[in-house]
Amino acid sequence: MASFKPTKVQFLPKLGEKVTEETLYWKNYKSPVQIKEFGAITKIDFSPLPPHNYAVTASTRIHIYGPHSQEPIRSFTRFRDTAYGGRFRGDGKLLVAGSEEGLIRLFDISGRVALRQFKGHSKAVHMTSFLSDGFRVVSGSDDLSCRVWDVPSAVELSSLTEHTDYIRALAPSKLNPDLFVTGSYDHTVKVFDMRSGSSVMTMQHGHPVECVLLYPSEALLVSTGGRYVKVWDLLKGGQELVSLKNHHKTVTCACLSSVGNKLLTGSLDRHVKVYNSSYKVVHNFDCDASILSMAIAPDDEALAVGMTNGVLSVRHRRHQKDKEMLTSRRRRGPSYQVFVKGKNFVPRQDDFLVSKPVKQYLRKYDKQLKSFEVSKALDTALQTWTRTSKPDVTVVVIIELNRRGTLKNALAGRNEEIRGCFCVLFFRHIFDPRFSRPLLMVGDIVLDLYQQVFHQSPVVERLLQRLMEVLGREAELQQELLQVLGILDTLFTSFVMLIDGVMKAKKIII
Amino acid sequence: MVEKSDVRVVRCGGSKINLRPPIISTDSRFVLCASGDSVKVYSTRTEEWLHSLQGHTNQVTGIALNPANHLQVYSCSADGTVKLWDFIDGILIKTFIIGYRLFAIYVSEKHDGIVFLHIALDTDSKNECFQLVAVHLPKSAEQEVEAKELSAVSSRISPNPSCTAFGREVRAHSYFFKCPLFFSVCSFSLKATDKKGAKNAFTCIACHPADDCIATGHEDGKIRLWRNFIHTKEYTYSTQHWHHNAVNTLCFTPEGTNLLSGGIESVLVQWQYGAGNRKEFLPRLGGSILHVSTSSDGQLFCTSHSDNKITVIESSFKVCGVIQGLVKGDAVFTDLMIDPRSKALVLNGKPGHLQFYSLLRDKHLYNLDIVQQEYIYEAGLDQFEVVKAAFDIKGYWLATVEERGQKSSDLEFVLKLWAYDERTQSFVLNTTITAAHTDRIISMCFSSSEETTMLVTTAEDGQFKAWCQGADDQSFWSCDFVGSYHNLTPTNCSFSADSSLLAVSFQEVITIWSPDTWELLTTLCQPPGVVRDLCFGQLSCSKYLIATTTRNLLCCWNLLTCALEWSTSVEVSKLQPDPLSENVAAFSYQSKHTDLFVFKPNEPRPLFTHKNVCSEKIHRAVFVPREELLNNCDESSQWLNRSQLYFLTQNMDLLTFSTATEEDRMLSSSKRLVIDDSIAVTPFYLLLGKHRQQQQKLNTPSHPAADKPQQPQGSVTITELLHTPAHVLPAASVLCSMFVSSLLISNTGQEMNSEKEEEHSEEEMEACDSQQELRAQGSVDEVTPKLSKAQERELKRVRKTDFSWMAGLIDSKP
Repeated sequence: MASFKPTKVQFLPKLGEKVTEETLYWKNYKSPVQIKEFGAITKIDFSPLPPHNYAVTASTRIHIYGPHSQEPIRSFTRFRDTAYGGRFRGDGKLLVAGSEEGLIRLFDISGRVALRQFKGHSKAVHMTSFLSDGFRVVSGSDDLSCRVWDVPSAVELSSLTEHTDYIRALAPSKLNPDLFVTGSYDHTVKVFDMRSGSSVMTMQHGHPVECVLLYPSEALLVSTGGRYVKVWDLLKGGQELVSLKNHHKTVTCACLSSVGNKLLTGSLDRHVKVYNSSYKVVHNFDCDASILSMAIAPDDEALAVGMTNGVLSVRHRRHQKDKEMLTSRRRRGPSYQVFVKGKNFVPRQDDFLVSKPVKQYLRKYDKQLKSFEVSKALDTALQTWTRTSKPDVTVVVIIELNRRGTLKNALAGRNEEIRGCFCVLFFRHIFDPRFSRPLLMVGDIVLDLYQQVFHQSPVVERLLQRLMEVLGREAELQQELLQVLGILDTLFTSFVMLIDGVMKAKKIII
Repeated sequence: MVEKSDVRVVRCGGSKINLRPPIISTDSRFVLCASGDSVKVYSTRTEEWLHSLQGHTNQVTGIALNPANHLQVYSCSADGTVKLWDFIDGILIKTFIIGYRLFAIYVSEKHDGIVFLHIALDTDSKNECFQLVAVHLPKSAEQEVEAKELSAVSSRISPNPSCTAFGREVRAHSYFFKCPLFFSVCSFSLKATDKKGAKNAFTCIACHPADDCIATGHEDGKIRLWRNFIHTKEYTYSTQHWHHNAVNTLCFTPEGTNLLSGGIESVLVQWQYGAGNRKEFLPRLGGSILHVSTSSDGQLFCTSHSDNKITVIESSFKVCGVIQGLVKGDAVFTDLMIDPRSKALVLNGKPGHLQFYSLLRDKHLYNLDIVQQEYIYEAGLDQFEVVKAAFDIKGYWLATVEERGQKSSDLEFVLKLWAYDERTQSFVLNTTITAAHTDRIISMCFSSSEETTMLVTTAEDGQFKAWCQGADDQSFWSCDFVGSYHNLTPTNCSFSADSSLLAVSFQEVITIWSPDTWELLTTLCQPPGVVRDLCFGQLSCSKYLIATTTRNLLCCWNLLTCALEWSTSVEVSKLQPDPLSENVAAFSYQSKHTDLFVFKPNEPRPLFTHKNVCSEKIHRAVFVPREELLNNCDESSQWLNRSQLYFLTQNMDLLTFSTATEEDRMLSSSKRLVIDDSIAVTPFYLLLGKHRQQQQKLNTPSHPAADKPQQPQGSVTITELLHTPAHVLPAASVLCSMFVSSLLISNTGQEMNSEKEEEHSEEEMEACDSQQELRAQGSVDEVTPKLSKAQERELKRVRKTDFSWMAGLIDSKP
């Protein structure tokens, strides 16, 4: 005796998107926390020390946030003009920031007042950073110069004016305290060595450079500018390794994840893209506004994105613990032990096994279909949860009922509520190519059955009106698509004819 | 002797086993069923086919256990004979010649020596008029008896044998008179009383074994239990209703406690007798139930189903065995195919399944569920059916197309690709393509190259598509190329032997494509007439392309010159190339009979012609590679050396061509000693077995039918002798004579046989073998005189005195 074959829910793969381990990793972030700042956020920097606070530079202040707080722990507000490029020192105890008026300020994390002020730049300083020895500060300014300052004495050690345009990108080497990389709007990226006092390497990016970034090994350098992200191999004398063009607006920021050194880039087109090690985009975060700055916490615990509208959005990683918390709260059934009881028993060699018939577990609608309760099965399939989250199940049950020739019976004699259900189902899924055919069939039957009573219910009537509007819009859209198709066809044929003509001409010449 | 005809058409395997209700033997060890022109004996425990009772020359239409001897069975056939068999040993005991076409047989315990038969009144009249007659079987020792004593019991009965039943012993006669009468009386009365025009026609009837009760099944699914019918016009009835379609069969259990019923729903229902509506169900048995029968002790039930299947069910409603024949439903949609791995024949099986059937062993191997949906057994429901299937050359891929809504306008079809899984030894679904084309798929084929597998489908939407395993994702199939030609409908597609060319026919035009570059290489056209069939030549003839058109034209193109090589006017219904040789078989249907032509593409002269293969049109045929090659040197049968040609007629008969050498081989293999479990293996038995073997060896060249009647008298005694424990037996000296005489050829009905043997021996004498000469003389000795009784007795006495009876036993028979 064959057992009942449960109705098969067709699995239709989504086109274009492939699920890999990396996409799963990057999908595992919670929905972002939004924090409103006073102006466009130009720089975010995570403290290298746990608990990894982060400094957010926006407008005339620098706020320091804790990893989970939405209120700033500390704020530095003693700026007379817009502050730029707030960055932590390697021990996380000092913070340096430039400003619009050309002053560079050095703060103690626990204090409020600037410990040091470096004066010398004549124009806005957009980039400041500590060199890796921690005693020197390097800054890049709009006055085309790049200066190195001594922290203890607050004097300028050297000034480098090799760039011919604003310097808007700067990255110190972590391995060598005398090396740093700058990027400028003059389309070049330069590597400076303090020992020689001049640039030792120059790379042509081809667009105004917005951001430079060194890999931890410092063999690779990333520069962004225009729509391009370029990766340079420093060990090969600054040879371009790869040029990426995945954004459709200027790429403003880039950072590296600490797990696996994945490159992330943010752009004015409101997307953050994650690349894998072979520089293919594996994931994409969408934001509400153009992205100016971005930083990722050590261990990828949080991703902070700053935008032009002054909104800081922070995404925290979802942890296994959180999930368990959720499920443990929800669970009400017997414990795990109940289900595995006796299942892990291993029979000895001379034991006689008495086989037990395997019980077939069926879904509720399958059980009802098995006992030919068609109306009930349809009810089960039309439950709100199934209808909204698994419309394919609903449609499969409808198809199955139609195959059994009992769809009309199942649809007949329904109350207003169910009829409303159908209407909602229609205009949610009728344009889904997977579902449109069975739903049209159901629609026909429903209209036939309830022709007389439709107008009695205002709710259903309103829904029908809406359905009509939606259908009209879809028809227009289809028409437009057909027109485009026609245009493309003519283009293609003319192109083919052209090629044929060329070929013939070539033959004649030969 | 039979004249040596080289090639003849043979009906092979998989005949219907569900025509008549199966019978369970009294000891519940065997199931007997009528199958084609033989009765097949299956074991209930192992579901194995043990042997078949062969001897009828036409369809066996009824079987019934002999009430006097539970080891014997009566069978009746459309050839007008009733035969009595010993079904354990497979021995024909008697043949009764009736002389009419028989349609069913019934026996009754109270009527010893009488069988009741359905016969047709007028053999050729259109209005089928059937009659139930009682035949007194004459008691005589002869093998073939003519039974003349026919007495009509009732006339104008239904042709359906389940509409006749026999009741309780005492009143058997009256019931038996009543049943048909009752049948007619009630149908009239019901029609009169019924208002709503419900379908009241009777479909089946069963009598309670102990009570005065008759159960009838009706077309609307009702079961009525009639009582009190002995007094006319005072009968009462109660109605029970569960079936939603006609009740096909009804059967009371032997004690009468339960009533079993079955119908189209494929659910066996057990009603408790006298307990109102209490019932048990056994659902999803597969195929609608046609017959139900019970064993005499009530422990086993047997249902036979429309999909050529017999299910053995325990009384606790547990299925304990399934005997499956070759499923031949209403129609076979798929082509006949050969699974390249198992060499099994593949075609439509159960609804929504493909069946794998071993032609060699005539055994159903397994069903592959293609549709994977619950099949609803309901009349007139349009459900998915497998319409196309194709294997790739290594048997690693299987492509299937299932279709629903052939009749209605909204056609649904799904293309599925199955991969062979080495671990589970079966096919596993790999890819499902729901909208492969926008209209019905007409044909499909796999490329035959070893490296890459490619599937080409042609559809009514004017396109053909090439599918291959996904370029980026290795495991799944995706569309590779879409081709069309002037918006014409593609009909057939075929790959050349090395898969370097693809031929697709678009009505009258054949287009040749290169599958590597998808370039249209050339077009071939031979109007008028749409191309019906298309195939490439194989092996050395691979440069030829053969096509048949609707306007009776068979064309052959040479692809090197792109010119028509030859063409001939012949109406070809099926063109089938042999993959292992250059031969191509063409079935042509002309003036109501089908002819077969076998030819090689390089010459327009047929290699072999067989006129009048059968009277129906043939649309399905397949070449099955042979296990071992035949070495026929004869030119006409040479084409069958590598593979065998099977074909399916419109009546769903599976036929094949067999050669003389093959038949010889078959014959010798069938002579193997069958050790069945009915006889205990004792040293004594083995000795006898050896003896019998020798005898068979000697008889092998002779006619198979001729040596059959030699055994019966002997074997009954022998089995009895062998079954009795040794300590109970009388002294060997007493037994000896009986035993020896049992081995002797009885002198009744042996003349013909011996004559044949004589003939045969004479023939062999020509071969001048001294040994044979000796043997021939022996046989002549034995046969010549018609011994008188006294002489015979004397002979026996002489034998008895013979001390070394063992030697005598061996010597007494040549």
